[in-house]
Amino acid sequence: MKVLVAVKRVVDYNVKVRPKADGSDVDTANVKMSINPFCEIAVEEAVRLKEKGVVSEIVAVSMGPKQCQEQIRTALALGADRGILVETAEELQPLAVAKCLKAIVEKEEPQMVIMGKQSIDGDNNQTGQMLGALTGMAQGTFASEVVVEDGAVKVTREIDGGLQTVELKLPAVVTTDLRLNEPRYASLPNIMKAKKKPLDTTTPADLGVDITPRTKTLKVEPPAERQAGVKVADVAELVEKLKNEAKVI
Amino acid sequence: MSILVIAEHDNAELKGATLNTIAAAKAIGDDIHVLVAGAGCGAVAEAAAKVDGVAKVILADNVAYEHQLAENVAKLVADLGKNFSHILAPATTTGKNMLPRAAALLDVQPISDIVAVESADTFKRPIYAGNVIATVQSSDAIKVVSVRSTAFDAVAAEGGSAAVESVDIADDAAVSSFVGEELAESDRPELTAAKVVISGGRGMQNGDNFEMLYKLADKLGAAVGASRAAVDAGFVPNDMQVGQTGKIVAPDLYIAVGISGAIQHLAGMKDSKVIVAINKDEEAPIFSVADYGLVADLFDAVPELETKL
Ligand SMILES: Cc1cc2nc3c(=O)[nH]c(=O)nc-3n(C[C@H](O)[C@H](O)[C@H](O)COP(=O)(O)OP(=O)(O)OC[C@H]3O[C@@H](n4cnc5c(N)ncnc54)[C@H](O)[C@@H]3O)c2cc1C
Ligand SMILES: Cc1cc2nc3c(=O)[nH]c(=O)nc-3n(C[C@H](O)[C@H](O)[C@H](O)COP(=O)(O)OP(=O)(O)OC[C@H]3O[C@@H](n4cnc5c(N)ncnc54)[C@H](O)[C@@H]3O)c2cc1C
Repeated sequence: MKVLVAVKRVVDYNVKVRPKADGSDVDTANVKMSINPFCEIAVEEAVRLKEKGVVSEIVAVSMGPKQCQEQIRTALALGADRGILVETAEELQPLAVAKCLKAIVEKEEPQMVIMGKQSIDGDNNQTGQMLGALTGMAQGTFASEVVVEDGAVKVTREIDGGLQTVELKLPAVVTTDLRLNEPRYASLPNIMKAKKKPLDTTTPADLGVDITPRTKTLKVEPPAERQAGVKVADVAELVEKLKNEAKVI
Repeated sequence: MSILVIAEHDNAELKGATLNTIAAAKAIGDDIHVLVAGAGCGAVAEAAAKVDGVAKVILADNVAYEHQLAENVAKLVADLGKNFSHILAPATTTGKNMLPRAAALLDVQPISDIVAVESADTFKRPIYAGNVIATVQSSDAIKVVSVRSTAFDAVAAEGGSAAVESVDIADDAAVSSFVGEELAESDRPELTAAKVVISGGRGMQNGDNFEMLYKLADKLGAAVGASRAAVDAGFVPNDMQVGQTGKIVAPDLYIAVGISGAIQHLAGMKDSKVIVAINKDEEAPIFSVADYGLVADLFDAVPELETKL
C-alpha cells in the first residue's frame, strides 16, 4: 500500500527563539531549520512498514517556502520514495495545510497518512485531526504503536490516563507520539541517492485551495520571567525555607 | 453570545478540567451550555448541572460516544456547535483529539491551548515550547478553542441548578472502534491537578529508584511526574511525562529531581508557584528557574528530605 507522510520545516528544537523587539513576529532570521521531530518519527514509521513489506511506496509532502525542499530531501534520504512540495510564501495555518493535504490525498489515494502529532513551533496539534475530518478518514492520534492487519490499522495512543488502543478502517490518518520509534540517521550514500529521487512542486492555487488565514497574530511577547532563586546549603535549609519562607509545606 | 463547553468525563465522573474550561468560558460570556457526550453518563450531566455559572446541560447519551471516539463525537459537536458563538474544550488528550476534527467540519481554524482571554475573539497562547506568548485574533464566525486548565482557576462545582436536556443524536461514523485501554492506577492525586508535584529525570537511573519519589510524594500528598528521558528509558509510563509534548502542570510546589531543565521540560512546569531543583551539577539549567536549588546527589538528598519532613 501507499503511504503519505507530511514533513514540516521548523526551527530546530535546540534553538531558543525570541520575539522581535517590536513584538510583530518571532525572530527566525538565520536560525537553524530542521524537519519537525514528530515528522521524522512519521517518516521512520513509514520506512519500517516498508521494510516489513506492508508498504510499497512512501510519498513525502511538505508545504511552505521553496526551502522546504531540504526537509523533503531529508525524508527521501531516510527512505521515502518521492516528494511533493506545495510551494507558497504565504503564512499557512493548519486548516489550510489540511485542505492542501486533502487535495493531495484525493490525487494519490494513499491507504495511510502518517504525520506528527504537533509541530514544535506552532504547537497546535491540529492538522492530522483536521485532515481526518475533511476526508472522512478515521484518526489514530498520539500513536505509540501502529499495527496494520487485514485492511485495518490498530493504533495504540498515548492518552492522559495511560494508553488506549483503537482500530481504524483504512484509509486512515495516524499522528505520531515520541515513543513510536527512534528515527535512524540518514547515511551519506542515502543522502546522495536522495538527490536523484523525484520531487514535484505544486501550489495551493493549483490544488484549488484557498489558504487565506483565519486567525491573525496581533503580537508576540516573551513569557513572564521567573525571579532568580537561591541555592540552599543542605536539606535542612531547604525544609526550613519551604516551611517558613515559601509556606508550601 | 452563547458558549458550548465540552465536558471531560469517564461516563461516571465529571473531570476537574471541565471546571477550568468553564472559567475560561465565563471570561468570554455568560450563556454557558455544557455538552456531556458519552454512554450511561447521566450522573455526569447531573454533576455538570450543579456547576456554578452553567445555564444548560445537553446530554447525548449513546453507545457511539462511550469511548469518546473522535470520529463520532466531533460530528456531534459540529452539529450542535453550529448554533453557538464559541466551542470550548479542555486541552487534554481527549479534547485535543476531538476538537480540531469538529472545527474542520465547521470550516473553522481552531485556537489551541489558550492561557488567557483578551476579548470574545482574541486569546493568548504559548508557542515555541512556551518561549513566546502569541496574542491571536480569530475571524471565524464560530470560535473553537481549547483551554489550558492550569491557566484558569476552576469555578465552583456547586451552586448552579441548570436544566438537563437530552438530545437523541447517534453520530456513528463507523470507521473506528475501541479495542482496549491500559489506565495507570494510582492513589496519588492527578498530575495536572495536584498541589505538589515531584518529578524524576534520567538522574534517577532506573524505575526502581522512583520508589524514593513515591515515598516522598505520599508524605506530601503529591503526584509524581517525569522528564521525557525517564519515560523514553522505560523508568515510568508515558502518562507521567511533564513538558511541551507531555502534561502541563502548575502546582504550588514542583520538585525536580535529577532533571537537567531542557526547554521542552520547562515548558511543562515553569508556571509552578515554587520550584525546587535537586541536581548534582551546579551548572544545570534547571537552577535558572528554581526558587530553591540544592546541589547534591539525589540518592543522599531525597531520603534525607523524606525523613526531615
Ligand atoms: C507569530 C507567527 C507567525 C507565523 N508566520 C508564518 C509565516 O509567515 N509563514 C508560515 O509559513 N508560517 C508562519 N507561522 C507558522 C504557522 O502559523 C504554523 O506553523 C501553522 O499554523 C501550522 O501549525 P502547526 O504546524 O503547529 O500544526 P500542527 O497541527 O501542530 O502540525 C502537526 C503536523 O501537521 C503536519 N504539518 C503541519 N504543517 C505542515 C506543513 N507546512 N507541511 C507539511 N506538514 C505539515 C506535520 O506532520 C506536523 O507534524 C507563524 C507562526 C507564528 C506563531
Ligand atoms: C520534540 C521534542 C519534544 C520533547 N518533549 C519533552 C517533554 O514534553 N518533556 C521533557 O521532559 N522533555 C522533552 N523533550 C526532551 C528534552 O529535550 C530533554 O532531552 C529531556 O527533558 C531531558 O531529561 P532529563 O533532564 O531527565 O535528562 P538529562 O538532560 O540527561 O538530565 C539528567 C540530570 O540529572 C542529573 N543527575 C544525574 N545523576 C544525579 C544524581 N545522582 N543526583 C543528582 N542529580 C543527578 C544530571 O546532572 C542532569 O542534569 C523533548 C525533546 C524533543 C526533541
